[in-house]
Amino acid sequence: MQRIGVFICWCGSNISATVDVVKVAEAMKNEPGVVYSANYQYMCSENGQQLIKQAIKEHNLTGIVVGACSPRMHEATFRKTAEAAGLNPYMVEIANIREHCSWIHKDMDEATEKAIILVRTAIAKVKLNAPLMAGESPVIKRALVIGGGIAGIQAALDIADAGFEVDIVEKNATIGGRMAQLDKTFPTLDCSACILTPKMVDCAQHEKIDILTYSEVEDVKGFVGNFSVKIRRKARYVDESKCTGCKVCMEKCPSKKGLNAFNMNLNTRPAIYIPFAQAIPNVAVIDPEQCIKLKTGKCGICQKFCGVGAIDYEQKDTFVERQYGAIVVATGYKPIDLDAFNEYGYNDNKDVVTSLELERLMNAAGPTNGVLLRPSDGKHPKVITFIQCVGSRDSSGCGKPYCSKICCMYTAKHAMLIREKYPDTEVHVFYIDVRTPGKNYDEFFRRAVEQYGVDYIKGMVGKVYNENGKLMVQGSNLIDNEQVTIESDLVVLAAAIEPEPSVRKVATLLTASIDTNNFLTESHAKLRPVESPTAGVYLAGVCQGPKDIPETVSQASACAAKVIGLLVKDKLKTNPCVATPDESMCNGCSQCANVCAYGAITYVDKEFRIGGGKTEVRRVASVNPAVCQGCGACTVTCPSGAMDLKGFSSKQIMSEVEAICKK
Amino acid sequence: MQEVTTEKKEFVPNIVAFCCNWCSYAGADLAGSSRLTYPANVKIIRVPCSCRVNPSFVLKAFQQGADGVILCGCHPGDCHYVTGNYYTRRRMALLYSFLNYLGIEKERTRLEWVSAAEGARFSAVMNDFVKTVTDLGENKRLTDLRVKEGE
Ligand SMILES: Cc1cc2nc3c(=O)[nH]c(=O)nc-3n(C[C@H](O)[C@H](O)[C@H](O)COP(=O)(O)OP(=O)(O)OC[C@H]3O[C@@H](n4cnc5c(N)ncnc54)[C@H](O)[C@@H]3O)c2cc1C
Ligand code: SF4
Ligand code: SF4
Repeated sequence: MQRIGVFICWCGSNISATVDVVKVAEAMKNEPGVVYSANYQYMCSENGQQLIKQAIKEHNLTGIVVGACSPRMHEATFRKTAEAAGLNPYMVEIANIREHCSWIHKDMDEATEKAIILVRTAIAKVKLNAPLMAGESPVIKRALVIGGGIAGIQAALDIADAGFEVDIVEKNATIGGRMAQLDKTFPTLDCSACILTPKMVDCAQHEKIDILTYSEVEDVKGFVGNFSVKIRRKARYVDESKCTGCKVCMEKCPSKKGLNAFNMNLNTRPAIYIPFAQAIPNVAVIDPEQCIKLKTGKCGICQKFCGVGAIDYEQKDTFVERQYGAIVVATGYKPIDLDAFNEYGYNDNKDVVTSLELERLMNAAGPTNGVLLRPSDGKHPKVITFIQCVGSRDSSGCGKPYCSKICCMYTAKHAMLIREKYPDTEVHVFYIDVRTPGKNYDEFFRRAVEQYGVDYIKGMVGKVYNENGKLMVQGSNLIDNEQVTIESDLVVLAAAIEPEPSVRKVATLLTASIDTNNFLTESHAKLRPVESPTAGVYLAGVCQGPKDIPETVSQASACAAKVIGLLVKDKLKTNPCVATPDESMCNGCSQCANVCAYGAITYVDKEFRIGGGKTEVRRVASVNPAVCQGCGACTVTCPSGAMDLKGFSSKQIMSEVEAICKK
Repeated sequence: MQEVTTEKKEFVPNIVAFCCNWCSYAGADLAGSSRLTYPANVKIIRVPCSCRVNPSFVLKAFQQGADGVILCGCHPGDCHYVTGNYYTRRRMALLYSFLNYLGIEKERTRLEWVSAAEGARFSAVMNDFVKTVTDLGENKRLTDLRVKEGE
């Protein structure tokens, strides 16, 4: 006989304000099989759990239903509670009467009636639950970090320092990411390379870290604790183990017209190149689009001059396959394309630049050796106008709906640095709002205004146009309520940032979800901000949402803590809700194995009694519970109805359907 | 404000929603925590993946008197189980033609992709579906069968 206990939670007023919890609990007392029904303010609290434990013991309950918040919130909590009272943790069902009921309905009668149906549905299901035992699977003590920007670097260093092996897979020829392109960094104005390069070197020298640059993740199989990842190592045409980074090839290469992406295409580089002086690894790479030898078969000069014989025009992409227990995604961002923003004249005027281009124009290792010169004629700009929120906070659909978060601060930084270095330069900033929350941030911005005399104009810019070689910036000044036109020599656009586009592929491979803006989604916005909903996958840096370096580093370290917490375990509990065939019905047709994305199903020959003391050997499906992820695809495919899913059996789901439809 | 009509004749459809655990159920949770309303006659059954939904569950729901059945899963390409939602899509296409054969309006079933981040979309989809089914009226066709069966 089933002895079901029902526990209805008020969740303070979250549920009780719209659901008559007492009425629900009372109504459940009349449900067949229910021997105990109670309500309590906070079921998840210590006292609430105590109440459940006591009831399980006193009433000898065989199953419980908790009517509370989403099972995604507290299912695990209540399973533990049940287990502590000696009940199998899988004899617990949650009726979601908060997210799916009290929070979305306003009418008390309606919400109460729905809550009763939801709890009744859970009761119908729990009656068909069977005790399940979680299995165990081993944890591979190695982590993969995808993306070698500051986020990936920090996460890798922290994980490696705890003693675990880490691989960084970086698509570019060097690690470092966007931070390597920056000149000085807010809020302290230390030089970006000076604080980044030592960390890059630490990575390279760390015995636990393996850096795979010019590489991309091609395929991912497996699950938390046990991922198998195929990595494509793109042909570099240079043997990484031989190249010493002497740069002779760069000098000798006759094809020097490739755009220098590291310098935001503001100058050119040879076909064979090292992205920047501090690149890790300090190894050349050939751009096949531009290499004369690779395109026409002629040339081959670099090979002749390379003293160590590192050049290999025959090199092909290779693949490595490695196993990991955990994966950190740190794929970062790019500034948006400005094609939709013609009004700012970015495509028509060389002297309209983005902020990231300005970083290169101010950087000592940049195309102008750190002297601020305008791209068109190489002259010193005397009047510089910044335009904020280009494509950020844009509800028109051309740009991004979100705030890019970093632009107010870096524009203040740029304005300040320019005024510091070139005091005779006039600097104007058009802004919608200045948003500078953060430790020492508002103080930083005020310094730009008060100490450096930067002219902040509240208002939007209507257009930027060229008149007799001058850039005319036409906008509104909302404080003085007037139209202004500023004759400028250089215009800097604080372009919105967006996730690096390749993150879509990465997300698909990892089955990690992504939001409408292509940012990776965290498991819980507040309580699990660095975990993706896919177990074993963690998120660091701008791929999860706009953030600056301090926040990126904090998040990366948080990720590392989570990864370490996972890798120190020897075994993980596996989900016992796996598929199982009813062997008496299975005819070994193979259909289930064909749909299983994990290869969890194999076939075995088994002996069955067929009566009269005889036996027969038949081929039947066999599910490996450590590999099955419990999706249920096979259960629906099975033509003989032999395959079922524990915890979500056909009978259980049918009983839920019935309970909902019962009039 | 206008008084709600006292006539109790207004048809309120009963709707079963199957939601996959990873995307759509989480999307429904987000609709809840964002307080985005949809009618109370939608009741959700949690399944690990949309591909766990056997078309027979949908038929069962109609037979038991549901007026509409909606399936929600992760967007194509984003399935937590890699390819589950593609199976669902194919199975549902078959189910539609079967329902058509039975004379049940195709609009009473629907397959929608709702991600964990799309609380607003979840609520919009549910509002729209409820409206569609309300306009169609009561599902008499299969409930009749059920009644006959019960005789
Ligand atoms: C103009 C400008 C000025 C700024 N100034 C400051 C400042 O002064 N102070 C401050 O705190 N912040 C500043 N920032 C913000 C700062 O750049 C970011 O916070 C930081 O770079 C984020 O680091 P990340 O590792 O998340 O991303 P990224 O730096 O973008 O690194 C991501 C890395 O992942 C790699 N990658 C991407 N996709 C893949 C893939 N599919 N496979 C393998 N690898 C991949 C990329 O090649 C890259 O190396 C500024 C930003 C801009 C635009
Ligand atoms: S082959 Fe010629 S063009 Fe190509 S990298 Fe070598 S020297 Fe440059
Ligand atoms: S439920 Fe079936 S199809 Fe899904 S992973 Fe398990 S065995 Fe494979």
